[in-house]
Amino acid sequence: MSTARLEFFAGVRAELPLLLGVVPFGLIFGVLGLAAGMPGWAVVLSSSLIFGGSSQVVFAQLWGGGTPPPVTVATVGVVNLRHLLYSAAVADYLRALPWRWKLLLAYLLTDEAFAAAIGRLRDGPATAQRHWFLCGTGCTLWVGWQLSTLGGVLLGTAIPTTWSLDFSIALTFIALLVFSAHRRSDMWAALAAAAAVLPAQVLPHKLGLLAAAGVGIACGLLMRRFDGKKP
Amino acid sequence: MSTTLLLLSMAACGLVTFLIRLSFIAFGHQLPADPRISALLRYVPPAILGALIGPEIFMVGGGLNATPDNPRLWAALVALLVARLTRSVLATIAAGMAALWAIQAGLG
Repeated sequence: MSTARLEFFAGVRAELPLLLGVVPFGLIFGVLGLAAGMPGWAVVLSSSLIFGGSSQVVFAQLWGGGTPPPVTVATVGVVNLRHLLYSAAVADYLRALPWRWKLLLAYLLTDEAFAAAIGRLRDGPATAQRHWFLCGTGCTLWVGWQLSTLGGVLLGTAIPTTWSLDFSIALTFIALLVFSAHRRSDMWAALAAAAAVLPAQVLPHKLGLLAAAGVGIACGLLMRRFDGKKP
Repeated sequence: MSTTLLLLSMAACGLVTFLIRLSFIAFGHQLPADPRISALLRYVPPAILGALIGPEIFMVGGGLNATPDNPRLWAALVALLVARLTRSVLATIAAGMAALWAIQAGLG
């Protein structure tokens, strides 16, 4: 087997364990997208057009709430801003590649594909074929995400609306928050934003979300100095 | 009309997300690498998640309810605990929904 193929399948193998967490999330998103009022085809399409779990949940929620499109786009952009960090982290390893590779790998650069590939890119041998590893993690995640979203949409039509399933959106975000908050200041940022968003509801066009995120970021930066060493 | 708008919004969201991911891969040598920007970026996910969670818990049926008789508040606390212990999205959702249904049944 060629080096490129070996790298690709090593990437596939590295991604498979992460699908254990991704597939249930895709199923839930499929159900939630319908609950938020999006047509089934649009829920499935968003998985390839946007291809970012939490931002797709936000999109469905804002769409269901009748938010003006510019605000929706800005909010989804802010939710996905963290990918700037991933892009910066892999850029060095992809510098010599032609444009079509850069475009493909940028499209595939999600949380889980990045997480599974960055170790190989940073610490593995610096061969000319190593981008195939990232391609392997990205493609595996892509297929898993499309199929699980589709499954969720098929499942979602069978679930009655009286189950307060909309609350599972908040529960998904709580889980994502707990997983991503490593320092105390991360939690302060979240708490400040959660408190600020309530009075910010008076702002027009659902701009409260962006305003509250700004308050949370400022609070996180302020509380950063108190993170210190853990006891 | 509504379908066109939905498609256009979704495509715009996809484009913005793609450009964010492409940024440093394509234009890395032209972009500034400022540690203050990365410090700011690290608080984007928790802040945006907090702002998304707040109304889901406290704004129910159009009004603000931040009192202890709000069942969603207790269900959210159960979910927070389960998320910390299990680190599983599925277990967090299952526990939070079970708590919400149990409290609603108890209060009803």
